[in-house]
Amino acid sequence: MGGDTSSPRESDHELDFCCVGHLLGLPPVGYRFHSSICVDSPRVHEYSLYLHQQQLYLTTYTVKFRHVTYSFGLNRPPATPNKDRTQSLMIMFTGIDWAPESNRIVTCASDRNAYVWTLKDGIWKPTLVLVRINRAATCVKWSPLENKFALGSGARLISVCYFEKENDWWLSKHIKKPICSTVLSLAWHPNNILLAAGSADLHCRVISAYIKDIEDKPGPTAWGAKMPFGEVLLEHKDCGGWVHSVSFSPSGDQLAWVAHNSSITVADAAQKKEVTQLTTDHLPLLSVLYVNPTEIVAAGHDCCPYQFTYKGPGALAFVKKLDIPKQTSKSSMSAMQHFRNLDKRATEDDSNELDTLHQNSITQLCVVSGEKAKVEKYSSVGLDGAMVIWDFKH
Amino acid sequence: MSKNTVSDRFRKVDVDEYDENKFVDEEDGGENQGGPDEAEGNTNGALHAVLKNPPINTKNQNAKERAELLVVKVLSSFKSSDIEKAVGSLDKAGVDLLMKYIYRGFEKPSDNSSAVLLQWHEKALAVGGVGSIVRVLTARKTV
Repeated sequence: MGGDTSSPRESDHELDFCCVGHLLGLPPVGYRFHSSICVDSPRVHEYSLYLHQQQLYLTTYTVKFRHVTYSFGLNRPPATPNKDRTQSLMIMFTGIDWAPESNRIVTCASDRNAYVWTLKDGIWKPTLVLVRINRAATCVKWSPLENKFALGSGARLISVCYFEKENDWWLSKHIKKPICSTVLSLAWHPNNILLAAGSADLHCRVISAYIKDIEDKPGPTAWGAKMPFGEVLLEHKDCGGWVHSVSFSPSGDQLAWVAHNSSITVADAAQKKEVTQLTTDHLPLLSVLYVNPTEIVAAGHDCCPYQFTYKGPGALAFVKKLDIPKQTSKSSMSAMQHFRNLDKRATEDDSNELDTLHQNSITQLCVVSGEKAKVEKYSSVGLDGAMVIWDFKH
Repeated sequence: MSKNTVSDRFRKVDVDEYDENKFVDEEDGGENQGGPDEAEGNTNGALHAVLKNPPINTKNQNAKERAELLVVKVLSSFKSSDIEKAVGSLDKAGVDLLMKYIYRGFEKPSDNSSAVLLQWHEKALAVGGVGSIVRVLTARKTV
């Protein structure tokens, strides 16, 4: 890292990421892989995974928009990039999401724009979306049926965008009413209508994003029966801190979120929208994911994924840490080394690494394979530039 | 230089006050929260009594200061060996509240208070973990 003599502009934003041999049946260990020239290791904030027939499509990370294809065959060693089609954009994306069925990518950035990318002749071509926000976009998510997407922004609003065929462009409708600060996270309900939003005004809300131009009227759900556009079906005030991440359960009847006060909370629509909060002893969690109807995985500044379980109101509990600590072989240290460590670091330990796989906060969790109701593999990315794929045992 | 760069009075203007969409915290009642009462003799009972009814929602600074002084007095009256047991007798919310008072106490140190508070901090940290400290920092309504 430090002593590289590479051209600063170009390599400034090269990717440094870690691929996993897990798909070959190896234990969930991350392998660090430096791209050709790397001056700074960019922090991975946002990513999207699409695992299709043994091919791991990795989309962008932080700065460079990169479409990289990795093939994992049974006889091939892990992490061999076979084709690297890099499209350089030099813009810092704040959000990205991949729609697997229609194979489109939506990206958003702090330049107040969002683009929808479609694959044509092996190249991703962008289409501008008229989002009409006057602050940075923070997060974006395709809806389950992929006919629209929601975009959260610092302009205190959510922009729900859909494609209008007559004029061949992407239009947007704004949800402004109850939101008082930056929208930090979004999640869609399986019915393609309801949207959960966590924001910096310490509230977590479920709002209807029903666009009558492109879809039929929705049937009633546990959250409510009437869902006109912009209707707020749940507004939980004072979640204790910024709401970093929200996730619906596979059925959509429960909503889990994590807030900056080191808590995880679940709102249960099936039980009269009762809210159960669990405050943890750990550092704040940044991302939450439902892996089956009762189990939740969450990760954050502690660099380690945790498993929680929710069985009903008042029954939200911590299960276990999901990171197997490395069994470091303590090589024999010479007396000289021993005292040198004591002198330099006031400790006899030889390493200053964390004993978790990730060496820095985990910023996002993402499903890799398996149904929503029975996730088999999920992945985590962190500020250390590493991406790790984990197995989940139900 | 041109004339209009001479004065820097504009720097003292609080721009946020003029923002129409300024984020305002929601305010709850809190007038009845006068803080704990002075009564109890035995230390453990005093601890529980003093952690009840914290002046969280009120804007009355006097009430908050009175509560803080009281809490620090009670915490100082404990013997070092008893602190661990006392912390153990509190529930999760109690530990969080205790942490809030401890940090509040750190803000205005007096005589021996910091040393005592540090001992309490160590024991409370063992039970509440870093999460309890994070909650002190993120709480909008302070004790």
